[in-house]
Amino acid sequence: MRIVAAHLSTAANQRIEVIVLAVVVCVLIFELVRRKRLMERYALLWLLAGVTILVLGIWKGLLTRLSHAVGIYYAPSALFAVAFVFVLVMLVHFSATISRLSDQNKVLAQRLALLQQQLDKLRGRTGEDAEDTEKAGTTRGGLSD
Amino acid sequence: MRLVSGGFLAIVPALNEVGAVGQTVREIKQSAPQFDVLVVDDGSTDETATAAARAGAAVVTLPFNLGIGGAMQAGYMYAREHGYGVAVQVDGDGQHDARYIPELLARLEQDASLNMVTGSRFLEPVDGGYTSSAARRAGIRLFASIVSFVSRQHVTDPTSGFRMTDRRGIELFARDYPHDYPEVEAILLMHAHRLRSAEIPVVMRRRTTGSSAISTFQAGYYMVKVLLAVFVGVFRAKPHRVPGQDPPVAAERSL
Repeated sequence: MRIVAAHLSTAANQRIEVIVLAVVVCVLIFELVRRKRLMERYALLWLLAGVTILVLGIWKGLLTRLSHAVGIYYAPSALFAVAFVFVLVMLVHFSATISRLSDQNKVLAQRLALLQQQLDKLRGRTGEDAEDTEKAGTTRGGLSD
Repeated sequence: MRLVSGGFLAIVPALNEVGAVGQTVREIKQSAPQFDVLVVDDGSTDETATAAARAGAAVVTLPFNLGIGGAMQAGYMYAREHGYGVAVQVDGDGQHDARYIPELLARLEQDASLNMVTGSRFLEPVDGGYTSSAARRAGIRLFASIVSFVSRQHVTDPTSGFRMTDRRGIELFARDYPHDYPEVEAILLMHAHRLRSAEIPVVMRRRTTGSSAISTFQAGYYMVKVLLAVFVGVFRAKPHRVPGQDPPVAAERSL
């Protein structure tokens, strides 16, 4: 009898831990968005993950039922599979984002360099003293300062 | 025979080539005086920009290193914006002999349907010229056969960066140019946009200062990356219009 009670309370404790974890994830993401450290676009997926953990924690037996429905009879395996796919999707998403950002970065650097060259040429034409022009002609694009 | 409208521009990408860039600029001005010279300084840490400006070139200085693809594209953007009708790219390290520029131009002007002329090291067997190490030649031959197969034309030196394009080529490359190790992909890009290219034989020199853009260590990555790019490129061969962007050259042409 005592063993069963102990077992039950362990399970209950674990559920509470999971729920707390999920709430912490959601609050953390919310706080990052509130401080504008995280864009809504990227927050949505993480919030979805947090809410999923929350629902699984609150709704007793949902995970077991879902995993049985797809033919996995050891519920944690289903959870790991889903979590792994989620992380994989996020990483691919980040790789695509990095590619886009570096492409935009490249275009910005090119535009900056071309504008700088044009500006230097115009400055030279309006007749500032030769030393200034020479200096301007060889100034680096200027992100370093 | 055709008349080229717009000026002539030589684009010289240079990364830490303070020892060679001035000489390169002077040689271009001497061998091809009708060409303006633009040096694209790809984030050099030495005085490459100053040396180039002193030799009389226009200098575009990138704020940080973009790699040869990004630097060349900046050059083509410059050519497009300043209305140049012909652009030739000449490496800043002195490998490309400026005396071939008039020959490239003659070939381009001779055939109005040509959009690009490349200087090839392997078109004619020549003595004394620089043709790279045996391993690299094998790699180049592999690329040559792949590029020839995909583009259905005879290409002998797909890795040569010594090439001249007309206005259409300038517009294409200003908008879309491969990121790193761009030469092989650029030929296929041309082909995908239904632009035509040809080769003429040239002799290249051994570089005198600085170091090659590709070390032996990077050669493996180079091979795999370019093969992937070629493979993927075949599947996107049809240029399509993206809303809000300039139409691809071929799309423009078919309208």
